[in-house]
This record gives sequence, C-alpha cells and structure tokens, in this order.
Amino acid sequence: MATSAISHADQVPSDHAEKRGLWSWITTVDHKRIGILYGATAFIFFLMGGIEALLIRWQLARPENTFLSPELYNELFTMHGTTMIFLAVMPLSAAFFNYFIPLQLGARDVAFPRLNAFSYWVFLLGGLWLNISFLFNAAPNAGWFGYANLTTNQFSPGLNIDFWMIGLQILGVASLAAAVNFFTTVVNLRAKGMKFMRMPMFTWMSFITQVLLLLAFPVITVALILLMFDRFFGTHFYIPASGGDPILWQHLFWIFGHPEVYILILPAFGVVSEVLPVFSRKPLFGYAAMVFSGIFIAFLGFGVWAHHMFATGMGPIADTAFSLTTMLIAIPTGVKIFNWLGTMAGGSLQMKTPLLFSIGFIAMFIIGGLSGVMHASPPADLQQTDSYFIVAHFHYVLFGGSIFALTSGAYYWWPKMFGRMLDEKIGKVHFWLMLIAFNLTFFPMHFVGLHGMPRRVYTYPAGLGFETMNMLETVGALLLALSQAIFIWNIIKAWRGPRNAPADPWNGATLEWAIPSPPQEFNFAVEPEVHSRDPLWEQKRQQGPLPEPERVGGQGIHLPNPSFWPLLTATGVAGIFISMMMIQFLGWWFVVAMVLWFLFSVYNWIFEPA
Amino acid sequence: MSDHSHALEHHTATGLDSRKVAIWTFIGSECMFFASLIGTYLVYHGKSLSGPTAGETLEIPLVTGGTAVLLFSSFFVVMALNGAQRGNRRSLLFWLSATVLAGLSFVGMQIYEFSHFVHEGLTIKTNLFGATFYTLTGFHGTHVSIGVLWLATLLILAFRGKITPEKAINLEIAALYWHFVDVVWVVIFPVVYLMKDWKP
Amino acid sequence: MEAHVAEADAHSHPTAGLYVKIALVLFLVTFLEVAAYELSHRGGNAEAVMGPILIPVLLVLSAVKFALVAMFYMHLKQDSKLFTGLFVFPLIIAAVIAVSLMVLMSYHLHYNAGLV
Repeated sequence: MATSAISHADQVPSDHAEKRGLWSWITTVDHKRIGILYGATAFIFFLMGGIEALLIRWQLARPENTFLSPELYNELFTMHGTTMIFLAVMPLSAAFFNYFIPLQLGARDVAFPRLNAFSYWVFLLGGLWLNISFLFNAAPNAGWFGYANLTTNQFSPGLNIDFWMIGLQILGVASLAAAVNFFTTVVNLRAKGMKFMRMPMFTWMSFITQVLLLLAFPVITVALILLMFDRFFGTHFYIPASGGDPILWQHLFWIFGHPEVYILILPAFGVVSEVLPVFSRKPLFGYAAMVFSGIFIAFLGFGVWAHHMFATGMGPIADTAFSLTTMLIAIPTGVKIFNWLGTMAGGSLQMKTPLLFSIGFIAMFIIGGLSGVMHASPPADLQQTDSYFIVAHFHYVLFGGSIFALTSGAYYWWPKMFGRMLDEKIGKVHFWLMLIAFNLTFFPMHFVGLHGMPRRVYTYPAGLGFETMNMLETVGALLLALSQAIFIWNIIKAWRGPRNAPADPWNGATLEWAIPSPPQEFNFAVEPEVHSRDPLWEQKRQQGPLPEPERVGGQGIHLPNPSFWPLLTATGVAGIFISMMMIQFLGWWFVVAMVLWFLFSVYNWIFEPA
Repeated sequence: MSDHSHALEHHTATGLDSRKVAIWTFIGSECMFFASLIGTYLVYHGKSLSGPTAGETLEIPLVTGGTAVLLFSSFFVVMALNGAQRGNRRSLLFWLSATVLAGLSFVGMQIYEFSHFVHEGLTIKTNLFGATFYTLTGFHGTHVSIGVLWLATLLILAFRGKITPEKAINLEIAALYWHFVDVVWVVIFPVVYLMKDWKP
Repeated sequence: MEAHVAEADAHSHPTAGLYVKIALVLFLVTFLEVAAYELSHRGGNAEAVMGPILIPVLLVLSAVKFALVAMFYMHLKQDSKLFTGLFVFPLIIAAVIAVSLMVLMSYHLHYNAGLV
C-alpha cells in the first residue's frame, strides 16, 4: 500500500484537465463535484418542497376552500416537511460539507472518496423513492414525524407509509456513511499546523454535526425497523390492542428528532461564522466560546427530546426536567448570537449580499429562538402545541435560520465553486424581497396559532378571525416564490456571464481563497501549512496583497481513480430496502437477489484499485 | 482487502490510520443502534398480553454455550491479529480459521434456537416478547453473520498470502468490529437470558 | 513507514500470554454469571440471598467482561485516547438515553394501567 503512490505515478496524466461529460459525473469521486451534485439535487428538491408549500398556502388562502382534497392536503404537508428537512436543508448543508471541509482543511479530498460518492447516490435514490410515491398516487400522508399508531396497517393500509419509511431508511444510510467519512476527514486530513483550535468555524460546526448524525440516525433507524416489522411482518410494537405503545414511537422519533434540529442548524451557524468576520474585516469574536457553545448545544441536544411530548402527559418530574434542559440550551445559543454581534461591532462592514443574508439570519433566528423558549415551558406549550404558533416557530429557525444562512453561504462561496460572481444588485433585491416575504408569510402564523388555528388541518371555517391573516400568509408565500425565482435568474445570469471570478473576491481568511476559482481537481498544488486561525489574512499582512494563483499542471499528484461501483453499490442498498416493501407482491426472492447484487458490488468496489 | 483511502498514502494529521478512525466512529454509532433495540426490549419486558413469556421460553444451557463460543472467538481473532502483525502465517491461518468456525457455530446455535422456539409456539407475531426478542437477537445475529463473511474473506486472502504484516490493519479493523459484536452479546446475554424472570 | 508502525505495534502490544489470561477470566466471569442465575433459582437460602441481588450482580459482571474485551482485545488500553473517546462518549449517551427511555415509558405504562 505504501508503494502504490509510486506504482500509480506512471498512470497519472500529465495535467489534471477538467473532465467533461455525463460519465465523468457518474463515476466521479472528487469531493467538489460531489458537492455540486448534492447542491443541485437538493436545490431541485427544495423547489419541489416549495411548490408543495404553495399548494398548501393556496388551499388555506380562503376559508372552506376546496382547491385541495383533505387526502391530497395530508400528502402535501407530509411531503413538504419530509422534503425540506431530509432532501433540502440537510443535503444543501452536505453540499457545503463536501465542497468546503476539505478545502478549509487544506486537504486534497475527503478520507474515503468512493464512500463519499456512494453517500450521494444513496441520497439521490432515497429522495427519488420518496417522490416516486406521487406517481403511484400514494405519497406519504402521516406528517413528517409519522406518529404511531396512525402509521399502522389498520389506519394506513395503502403504500403511502411504506414509501415514507423505506425512503427514510435509504436516506439514513447516506447520512451515516457521509458522517463517518467527514468525521474521519476532519480528524485526519487537517493541514500541517492546523490544530483543532485553529480550524475554521464552518468546519468546526460541521464536525460537530457529524457527531450528531452518527448518534441520532441509528435511533430513527431502529424506530423505522420496528415500524417496518409492524407493517410487513405483523408485529405489534406500536399497536395498543396487542400491548404495544404508540408513545414508544414518539420517544424514539424525538430522541432522533431533536438532535436532527441541530443537524439542520449547526452548519448554518458555521456558514454565518465564516461570512461575518470576512465582511466585517475583523476576526471572529470569541472563537473558543463559539467552539464550546457548539459542543454544548450538541451535547444538550440529546437531553431535550421529550419537550416535543409535553402533551402526552409525562408527569411533573419529566416535564420539569425536560423543560429545564430546553431552557438551558438557550444559554450557549445566546453566547453564539452575542459573539456574532461582537464580531460585527466596530467592524468595517461591507454590505454585500452574503453579509445581508447573514444579518437576516441572526434577526430571524432570534425571533424563532425566543418563541422556542416560550414553549419550553410546559403550560405554555400545552396552549401552543399543534397550533400554527409552532409552525411559525420552526419556520423562523429553519427558513429564517437555516435557509437564510445557506443562501448567505451560496452567495459567499458561489465564485469559488463556479468561478463566476453572482450579481450584487440582483442579490440585494433577492435578499430584501425574501426577508419581507418571509415575515409576511410566517409572522401572522404566531397570531392565528395563539387564536387556536390547528396545524395539519386542510381548511378552517369562516368567522373565526383567521381569514385576513391566512390571506396575508398566502400572499407572502407567493412573494417568497418570486424571491426564489430572482435567485434562479441570478444563477442563470452568472452562468451566461464570463468565468472570471478572482481566487479571493471577498478578502477571505481561510484556505479555500488561496487557490484558483474554481479550484483544480487536486485543490492544492502544494500542501499548505498554517500557523493561525486566519491563515490567509496572516499571509496578506506579512506579504501584502497576494497575486492571483496560477493554474498549474499538477504533475505527479496522485488522485483516486473514478469508479462506478459506488453508484452500483448504492442501487444495491436502495434495492434491499425497496425489495422489503415488495415482499407482499414479489415474495422473498427479490430480497435475496438484491442482497446478492449488493454483495457483488461491494466486493467489486473493495477489490478495485482505488 | 485493498479498500483503502487514497489519503492514507500520505501521513495523517493524528498519525492514526483513517480506516481505524472510521471503524471506531462506526462502532460509536452502533452503540446507539443497539441501545435503542435493548431499550425497546426492556421497555416491553413483562408487558406481553399473552404467553409464552421470556421466563417460559428461554433456555440457559444452550445459549451459555453460544456465549462461550463467541467470547472465545474474540480471543481467537486477537491471536490471529497477533500472528498477522508478526508475520507468523501459520498462527494467522490457524486462529483466523478458528474465529470463522466459532462465528459460524454461534450463528448455527441461534438458528437452532430460533427454530426450536418457533416449534414451541413463539413467533415474531405472537406477542411483545416474541417481537422484541427476535428483533434484538436477530439484528445481533445479522451483525455476527456480516462479521463471519468479512473474516472469511480475509481468511481467503490470508491463504493467498495477502495479509502481510503491513496489511495487518485490514484484519485489525475487522477484529475491532468483531469484538464490538461480542461485547454487545456480553450485554444481551445477562439482560435477555439471565434476567428472563425479572418482574419489573 | 507502515512497516515501521507495525513493528512498533508488535512491541507495545500485549503478548499472547496476556490474551490467554484474559480469555480465562472472561470464561470464569461467564461461569459466575450463570452460577448467580442458578443460585437465584435454587430455592431455599441460596434464592433468598441471590434472588434480590441477581440483577446488580449480573450488571457488574457483564460490565467487567465488557471492559476487559474493550481494554485488552480492542487495545483501548494502549491505543490512542481518541479511540477510547469515540467509544466511551457514545456509550455513555446510549446508556443514559436507554435508561431514561425505560423510566419514561414505565411511568407512562403505569399511568395507563391506572397505577399512578
């Protein structure tokens, strides 16, 4: 193995020319291309989730509307939630993990490049499987958290729930494989001199996210296995008539589900912590406090799950304990917010689009955080739970939080990823329209929620005072869609424009800005060495403005070979899960065939020279 | 097993092998998987609405044998690794074969046990005990079977002389997985079998 | 470089003799576990003494076996502390969550049965 670098050297092309064509994408193991695949796929799913939201809002614009049937409405809100969480926000974060963790670490790739490709393909197949359900008129319809015993055969006899749980199981494999990979990457592939306490904050928060993924996903895997057994093999884990208990599902789901919330927001924290210092021309305020508050949030994230279940009647002791831990989480989160403000305070603010979105993130996230602390109190929660107040809360943290931050990251890193600048003027219009439309859509939900409008109900009667607010929300949703159209227009405009983005358009502090935009396949011609938290700023202080880095041949740099086995192995994994859903139609032979196909691809993968 | 990361050809930031970091990360994740299954088993212990119960069904002697075999297999694989690292081919082949055989015997024990219980009238559908018992021990058995397949693959490579001291890491990560599957059983054996008459 | 590491490993690794001793201890502790179970089912004095303490005894014995395998067979004792962390941290979270789950569900099941 130690000699393979030499034995492969003669196969290395003299330069790493940009590869083109569909086959090069199918077989790619380059973390940057996989990042782009994640981003593009997730953005398409994001738009689909958005269309589902628009249909929901159109239905709710007027009381007693008949635009959607109650059945279709159930499918749409279930798929909207499932899509936005598992197929939009998580993979959009994964796009940035893929592209920027290795670059910020100063590495040539992730620790296991083929496993990385495998994760993407499994994710894609899981996402497709969830959405194929629409073609069979059997989209999942029990809410994104699929409460038992609504999901048992008795109450959900169709294929809807099968599509949902099989889709989520497939997606779980992708997340776990990616988490092992990125965890190992951060531990082992840091550049020379990059101690843990010198890592860029995005990489730090992403690193913590991998720990959450590793420890949270096995729990939903088990919860879903029990549900699969109930539905496919006639067990009674969640069936009260036979001694089972639907509350077990709620516990297992939220033991996963609450860390999942931090899986969605910690990468966003990381993005904002990159953008604010660069556009304030000042190092991040309280670096160590930022790191430890992130760790503390993740750790506490495993001790708060039952605050989603106050309404189940857990008794005063459990209510008190989970209420306390939940309120405790506000402290490290508050630390982060003050550190972001401290970073901007006294800085020379460059009001560019990425900074606007980051500031928007802080403001919106504070609103969402405050309403979150409100329902940390069980008596308040009993008023608010299952109402539109909750819908308002989690959209402020997930849309106002994650999506604003990820959009900030998109504007910030676009030139690095594609070598093209997004337009500043269009970007600013995008930001202001999105900010206004977002608040128009979701702020009124606080009021209708407190006035008693329940979530997940397809309509409401006239005369309860919900009409005006709901109409405003629908108008807001349409404007939100318009703001996304402006973003797409910006992307198309950049696509048609010249590929002339400089290596370091924003005066960045971290290693990704030291190399050409977009980076060459091998990232760094010479493996970098760092001596501080802001290596590029340090270099610029010492040497003055840096010259534009040249694109070089990269002779002798060995890169992993392209491979199609990750994709084929991914079809094996998805095939095994899908075949279980098909037992009722095809019997066990299909399962056996898929297991064999999976093993065949795994062995080919293993014995293929990397 | 030539599955190795490209990055490994360079030194790593910690000096640790990336595959070893990865398998430990995976083992940490598996802790949560088995904790959820064992937790579910215990939550439903004694809650079945009808028999047969754990106390009526489970038999200690057979499973004690299986437990001993699995524990010894951990010893066998650590001896095999020792042989591989020292370049002692005979020792590697002998102990690795013993590990695979022990693993197979455990799986055989479990298949016999399951079919015996089914004859006695306990299926996965019968009651909560059947559901939780077969799910927990079945997933453990699946892990053992995957381990057997993995170790058997390495055994074939060892016969072909491909597990040299420099490549002993390939056996080391498989051994770590195997030990983990063993310690899961170290928990399952008392919790499921020896505590079968526990009345919560 | 890796050959060098392997060589260094061979020196620092425990010897085969230690592995044999650990195997014997593991076997002995398993014997004790089964013996504790048997005593608690014997009736008479043995059951009166062992019955109430069976569960704590089993948990302690099983923890001993767990620790021995992890420390010596999985080499955590002399390997990088990072690996110990990667195992022990999830283990603690897993144990705390599994126990909390049992407590919360037991309250809930009792409540449903009208006992609280």
